[in-house]
Amino acid sequence: MLAPVLHILPLATILRERLLPIPGKVKVHLNQKVAATDVIAETAWAREHVLLDVARTLGVSVEAANRLIRCKVGERLSQGSIVAEDGIIRRTIHVPREGRVVAVGGGKILLEVGNTNLELRAGIPGIITQIIPDRGAVIQTAGALIQGVWGNGRVDASMMYSLIDKPDDMLTVDRLDASLRGLVILAGQCRDAEVLQAAAELPLRGLILSSLLPLLIPTALQMRYPITVTDGLGHMPMNIAAFKLLSTNCKREAAVNAEPYDRYKGTRPEVIVPLPVSQDPPLPRDEETFVPGQQVRMRRAPHAGEIGTLVNLRPGLTSLPSGLRATAGEVRLDTGEQILVPLINLEVVG
Amino acid sequence: MPASSVEGDTLLVMDVGAAITRAMFFDVVEGQYRFVANGQAPSTAEAPYKDIGEGVRQAIENLQAVTGRTFLDTDRNLITPIQEDGNGIDAVAATISAGPTIKTAVVGLLDDVSLASAIRLAETSYTRIVETISLNDHRKPEEHLDILLHTRPDLVIIAGGTDSGASHSVQRMLEIVGLACHLLPPEKRPAALFAGNQSLAKIVQSSLEPLTLTLRLSPNIRPTLDTEDLDPAVKELARLIPEIRKRYYKGVDELNLWTNGHILSNAYAQGRMIRFLSKAYGATKGLLGLDVGVSATTIAAGFNGKIALSAYPQFGFGENLAGLLQYVGLADITRWLALDIPQEAVRDFLYQKSLYPATIPATREEQAIAQSVARQALILALQAARRNFPQGIPMLKPGLLPLFEPIMASGGILTNVSNLGQSLLLLLDALQPVGVTTLILDQNHLLTALGVASERNNIMPIQVLESGAFTNLATVVSVVSSANYGTKVLRARLTYENGNETTVEVKFGGLEILPLPSGQIARLSLQPLRHTDAGFGPGRSGSIRIGGGAVGFVIDARGRPLVLPGDPVRRRELIKKWLWTVGGI
Repeated sequence: MLAPVLHILPLATILRERLLPIPGKVKVHLNQKVAATDVIAETAWAREHVLLDVARTLGVSVEAANRLIRCKVGERLSQGSIVAEDGIIRRTIHVPREGRVVAVGGGKILLEVGNTNLELRAGIPGIITQIIPDRGAVIQTAGALIQGVWGNGRVDASMMYSLIDKPDDMLTVDRLDASLRGLVILAGQCRDAEVLQAAAELPLRGLILSSLLPLLIPTALQMRYPITVTDGLGHMPMNIAAFKLLSTNCKREAAVNAEPYDRYKGTRPEVIVPLPVSQDPPLPRDEETFVPGQQVRMRRAPHAGEIGTLVNLRPGLTSLPSGLRATAGEVRLDTGEQILVPLINLEVVG
Repeated sequence: MPASSVEGDTLLVMDVGAAITRAMFFDVVEGQYRFVANGQAPSTAEAPYKDIGEGVRQAIENLQAVTGRTFLDTDRNLITPIQEDGNGIDAVAATISAGPTIKTAVVGLLDDVSLASAIRLAETSYTRIVETISLNDHRKPEEHLDILLHTRPDLVIIAGGTDSGASHSVQRMLEIVGLACHLLPPEKRPAALFAGNQSLAKIVQSSLEPLTLTLRLSPNIRPTLDTEDLDPAVKELARLIPEIRKRYYKGVDELNLWTNGHILSNAYAQGRMIRFLSKAYGATKGLLGLDVGVSATTIAAGFNGKIALSAYPQFGFGENLAGLLQYVGLADITRWLALDIPQEAVRDFLYQKSLYPATIPATREEQAIAQSVARQALILALQAARRNFPQGIPMLKPGLLPLFEPIMASGGILTNVSNLGQSLLLLLDALQPVGVTTLILDQNHLLTALGVASERNNIMPIQVLESGAFTNLATVVSVVSSANYGTKVLRARLTYENGNETTVEVKFGGLEILPLPSGQIARLSLQPLRHTDAGFGPGRSGSIRIGGGAVGFVIDARGRPLVLPGDPVRRRELIKKWLWTVGGI
């Protein structure tokens, strides 16, 4: 059976394609070294448009209006510029706001105004290995990779510091003080909006949580620093594989790319800790099938988030405590306990 | 390329769901079409595969393991037509529901005319309406344009103007849509469906076709102000959905080749089958089909050949599940629990299931939560769907569910249960049917398969339906009464084929089951008391022949609408009692 994969890897070659949503200018070159926060491409995005109905305003036919229009597509116009003029009745049409002409026709002019610059950040530190013209680049790095399940869409990087001693620790406001300013913080569960606000006030450069209360999602989305959740929305300790790997990499530079989890695009929030290597480590395997011996993570109760080893695959369908019948396997937990889990509730860690 | 499904051929129907891909095999056995077996595999529409082909092939390979037949060659290509050695398949058809909810902008002229119809059209598929634009909307054209650019719909549905009626206003709307498409990068441009004034069809084609992912034209959904005709547009939309899905994953083109173009959206195929059956059986009551799927909860109500079809991704049992809390509170879900489970656990369940839509309950507690959530999702979907039911359909009392016979249900939460009593109670609680009805469970998800197969072969669905491939859960009598709790409201006598009789007196608030196994027929005589209505009119007696079911014959006198006790302890005890009665514990 095909198995979903969660990457929690101490050392891997990581390749990430980063693309602008619309065409723009790529600002990096091949083999360039970039930091996670570096802007690798940018574009201007028009927040608003202004439609000037020349025909209606001048009271002429569409054909006549088209002849009276003076501007062309692509032209940049300052506020007050005359874009159409009827010499006979001495009436003119001025541009109400500075903008760029994006369409002309049908006796109308369409301007884009209120441009906003859109910057695409690298998201991971590394080397540019491919330029995708007008859209972005592929970045390669080597290091530890820890994927999560929820992110607030922000990117940043800094030294990682741990505030947790065990996977089920809870982050409270009193743990956040000025000494943490500018750091990426490894924390546990977050159940209090004040914690997120306090982290913003320091400010932190990143927050790695095991779980986040669903009620805090709106607040987390407003935060300007990246928040990555490793295990779930609700009450969940950090899975032991992520906890160990993140803990052992504390006091190292960590990039937190809190990209939202999108099953169809394949994007996930992730933490990357760049590590020096003499030769490229292997690429992570994205496609797996379940086989005994794999490290697996339980995705649903009663052991949601726990890591174990897949001991065997049961033939056919197996009755579960819920009464359902499904293809299942036995998983040995770190405690030595062996449990029965439907395969569909597992993901391979690797 | 395989031939289309024609009579006498073997048929393979692929159902590509958000979580599971099914391969269903139909063959002629002793001169009749039969459902033979199915094979399942996890769907591979999502990353890292982004190609439904792998899941399709794995499902077929699992079908091969079950049937001992060979459908794929050593290169995993479909063998077609069927070979002399019996390998291969004659015809293939497919339904698709996998993929994210389709962001849809709806454009019409008048809010309560073409726009309302266009919204109803959008609701027949897996859409989420992100914007509506109409003449009643007083925003400037450039504001409409900006909204379309911001929301980036996958699909734009354009309606408006009666045939040979308003055209200038529709053209103004078209101009906005065209401009938005022009300004979007080519790979982000939406698909479009035009279902308005037919005199504009050529203009629409020339102006929008070069600017859209794909453009489809359908007959006007409002040919006159007073008439609405959604059916042709619903079909066009059903064919458009796989085109939109191609943007998210590969494999649709190959499946299109295999099926010779016989791919439909899952919801449409279900609706098609319900309409077909409602016409074939021509009953005075309606026929209700429902599917609680990962992509959406779909409600299809057929009324003598007319269909009211609604697909609600927001009430689906997958990635949108956490969004259910925008419509109801946690207490609305926990009220259905027989176990004392904290609301926080239910909230965690919703979010965890949203993160991992394909996962299943492994514990008794999680299964109880899942079934409670399903009850509430079905209640919401049915409430929304009822707005689209036609006027004047038979019902016992305003506000209650119209009379349906039968009710056909599918979806993993209903079919993947430890015992069928749980499915029965879930359906009774959520639907609250009235009068006499039969509850049928589609355990193999055949309804959509038959819906797409019926495009070319209208004998097969009837033969498969009559072959016992569906599970009769129970014949149910649900009474409507204003009697006091605990007073007698119904006397029922069941006369079996062998002449034996069972009689029961049912008190208001009660839930009773009489044995009547599947395949058996009995005569049911009902004598309502105290103006109670058992489907024959208030206080009127009646007698009918009924069929048996997996759970038996059920009398639901718990009241319509069903009111649960406010006290949580008493409520849980009562639900436990009901579960015990239907054999659900």
